[in-house]
Amino acid sequence: MKTISISKIFLALVVAILFMSGMSETLQAAEQKTVILATTTSTQDSGLLDVLIPLFEKKTGYFVKTISVGSGQAMAMGAKGEADVLLVHSPAAEQKLVADGFGINRRLVMHNDFIIVGPLDDPAKIKGTKSTREAFKKIAAANRLFLSRGDNSGTHAKEKDVWKAAGINQEKEKWYQQTGLGMGQTLNVAAEKKGYTLTDRATYLALKKNLGLDILNEGDAILLNIYHVIEINPVKWPKINVAGGKAFADFMVARDIQDVIKTFGVDKFGAPLFFPDAGKKVEDLGK
Amino acid sequence: MPMLIVNNLRVERGGIPVLDIPHFDLEEGENLAILGPNGAGKTTFLLTLARLLKYAQGELLFKQQDISLPETAVSYRRRLAVVFQEPLLLNKTVFNNVAAGLKIRGVGRAEIENRVSRYAELVKITHLLNRDACKLSGGEAQRTNLARAFATEPELILLDEPFANLDAPSRDSLIDDLHNILRQTDTTAILATHDRLEALRLADRLAVMDGGKIVQIGDCHEVMNHPVNEVVATFVGMEAVFSGCVQAITDGSFSMSVAGHIIEALGKVCVGEQVICCIRPEHIIISYDHSMADTSVRNNLPSKIVKITPQGPFFKLHLDCGFFLASYVTQQSLENLALREGKDVTVSFKATAVHVIRRGK
Amino acid sequence: MDLLVDGFLKAARLLFSLDREVLGITLLSLQVSGTATLISLFLGISCGTAVALTAFPGRNLVVSIINAGMALPPVVVGLFVTVFLWRNGPFGFMELLYTPAAMIIAQAIIATPIVMGITLAAMQSLPSKLRLQIMALGATRMQMLWILMQEARLPLLAAVMAGFGGVISEVGASIMVGGNIKGYSRVLTTATVMETGRGNFDVAIALSIILLFFVFLINLVLTLIQQRERPR
Repeated sequence: MKTISISKIFLALVVAILFMSGMSETLQAAEQKTVILATTTSTQDSGLLDVLIPLFEKKTGYFVKTISVGSGQAMAMGAKGEADVLLVHSPAAEQKLVADGFGINRRLVMHNDFIIVGPLDDPAKIKGTKSTREAFKKIAAANRLFLSRGDNSGTHAKEKDVWKAAGINQEKEKWYQQTGLGMGQTLNVAAEKKGYTLTDRATYLALKKNLGLDILNEGDAILLNIYHVIEINPVKWPKINVAGGKAFADFMVARDIQDVIKTFGVDKFGAPLFFPDAGKKVEDLGK
Repeated sequence: MPMLIVNNLRVERGGIPVLDIPHFDLEEGENLAILGPNGAGKTTFLLTLARLLKYAQGELLFKQQDISLPETAVSYRRRLAVVFQEPLLLNKTVFNNVAAGLKIRGVGRAEIENRVSRYAELVKITHLLNRDACKLSGGEAQRTNLARAFATEPELILLDEPFANLDAPSRDSLIDDLHNILRQTDTTAILATHDRLEALRLADRLAVMDGGKIVQIGDCHEVMNHPVNEVVATFVGMEAVFSGCVQAITDGSFSMSVAGHIIEALGKVCVGEQVICCIRPEHIIISYDHSMADTSVRNNLPSKIVKITPQGPFFKLHLDCGFFLASYVTQQSLENLALREGKDVTVSFKATAVHVIRRGK
Repeated sequence: MDLLVDGFLKAARLLFSLDREVLGITLLSLQVSGTATLISLFLGISCGTAVALTAFPGRNLVVSIINAGMALPPVVVGLFVTVFLWRNGPFGFMELLYTPAAMIIAQAIIATPIVMGITLAAMQSLPSKLRLQIMALGATRMQMLWILMQEARLPLLAAVMAGFGGVISEVGASIMVGGNIKGYSRVLTTATVMETGRGNFDVAIALSIILLFFVFLINLVLTLIQQRERPR
């Protein structure tokens, strides 16, 4: 009887200690003022927020809960008042959010670009084609495999825009496959199946080493991926952290942070992953 | 003052009465056996006495205290011990099983050691104390069960067919050991059983139950030899039960016709009445002629041996006299008389050996 | 194959260098799932025993609900907990969404029916007269329950392991209600999904190996308790 009790007591102690320390952390965080930032997985995966968020927290004392989901879900969270501020890159949906009154103070933060990547032998022969629309038409004509994220993310939205601009109805085609996954995973699927896909440059650069996919089309203005920060309207949703959301939005367009954005990724990839654009007009970008 | 007094006890299951006992009492130090067929209510009665079963109505006094109050249930049970047919041992060593009741009562370690060794010795399982309970034979397990019960030194012990699952040799040796322990510890006991030999061996008083009622209760001798009805008679071992019509009455005795024979018996009956009688097998004598004719043995009938079955140290003769009779003979008698199945013999018994149970009584 | 080897090496390196982030993630996994399992033990064993040993009208319905609960999809639990806990939901004022506490709640909801269902089966499989015998020995209700639980120790510990196993490996609900926030609500499973999504397979495998290691360790201890020889 004794030896059983000892090991049970030991187990209980260990668990109690673990539990206790866990609880204290939780309580601490709850006491601080929290800001819920809804953003996209590609933004999170680029690693930029891992640099910026700590800077923000240190500066303002807020505790930021970064929830990275697809653009669609991020917008929905904003529309439901479950986030205080959004950092997203899906202009059409963003404009609707503002038009519906849920988003306010939509401000331009930065941009990066999308690229088309594909297998090294480029069976659809799109390399060298200047227009992205033309490239897409070539892929469709050649019936070559194209992987889409298919998750209503900003990347997916952009991709759909290009198909539409190219006049192609790609949804029902056999060579068009939707993964429903994040960018990194979709790239891996494209690499495995030797297909084409649209990706943001940052994620591609981060994974390039192990992928075996080449950049086959870039630079077209349609491929610009533009990031805005949007605060959520407290009139619609009184429970949001108005001050916190505003503080974060202001932070993202502040001079010094824009400089941080400008240099992010240079040492790792040899080229910056984002281009700061605070204060500019969207029409002027990419020129 | 009796140790246990029961008045107007009624237990119902789904509205149907399964136990109906107007009165029952038990003296301190007494050993009572309850005999009865399956479903007679023996287990129900014991469980109710132990306050393990709810009863619809009744008054139960244990040493003049009313035990029916809910607060006293646990403390009352701690003065008792119950032994079931299955050993129901715990997944522990034999030592820890025997100590189980003591641990529940919060007895100190030294006293536990003391009692466990004492009672383990009484049931002869001292050599098994360190063994896992699941590795015991049926007899060893039931001995452990007994030790567990006695170790709590109960004021009353209730045993519900404790040896029914055991093989005959284990049963015999355990009955002896239980008898010794009961004597040595002077524990009051109620033993439910369907084995009359067990009952006779262990009990001072005998109760026979049937259909939820106590049909007869009294000294062993009384009940065995004067069963009040057929059910009791079958149970106490009156195996030759037959019915006949009263022909004539004389001073205190009468003759009746049974399957074509005239049988003389004692009893208060009326002419023409149908009666049921029984005879103990031990009272039937077997011979080859009517040599008994001039003795006090009034009944001598021709009979055929239909079957001979061994019964422990005896042999049971199944006899057909036009009605069924049973008799016990020793091995010696069997050989001396060269008794065989199919042989014709003379069956003799005294008028006083015939016990009359009036029909419907 | 080299991916697996790389993963092993990375796992060893991460653990032995006591990489702060990995340690934090690991500790949080154990805390969250450990607490959730503890809660599920209290609720599951007590309710499971009560239902097993008591007769009451509608008992069969209750038992089938408990058994169905064992197959409750964790993702569904996560979704419902999210809806209850988010700001504009009934419990929004508690500000629990995207916290480890929310993860504990979701995991406890997942684990409790598992523990309850197995406890129920375990207690019912004990010989029915055993309860009577223990009561006859003079046990109070609490003593009897304790003795019965010791008798059912084998399946009860299996229940603990099943409950713990179900939640330490859980990812869908944990991502939904926890938010996978770095240094705060990120656990081994959610981090593995994230790293896989990013394409960092070596890190993902390393985290998986760490998770497997701890799962094995804990189950080893529990198994030893379950199977140990009965002492004097």
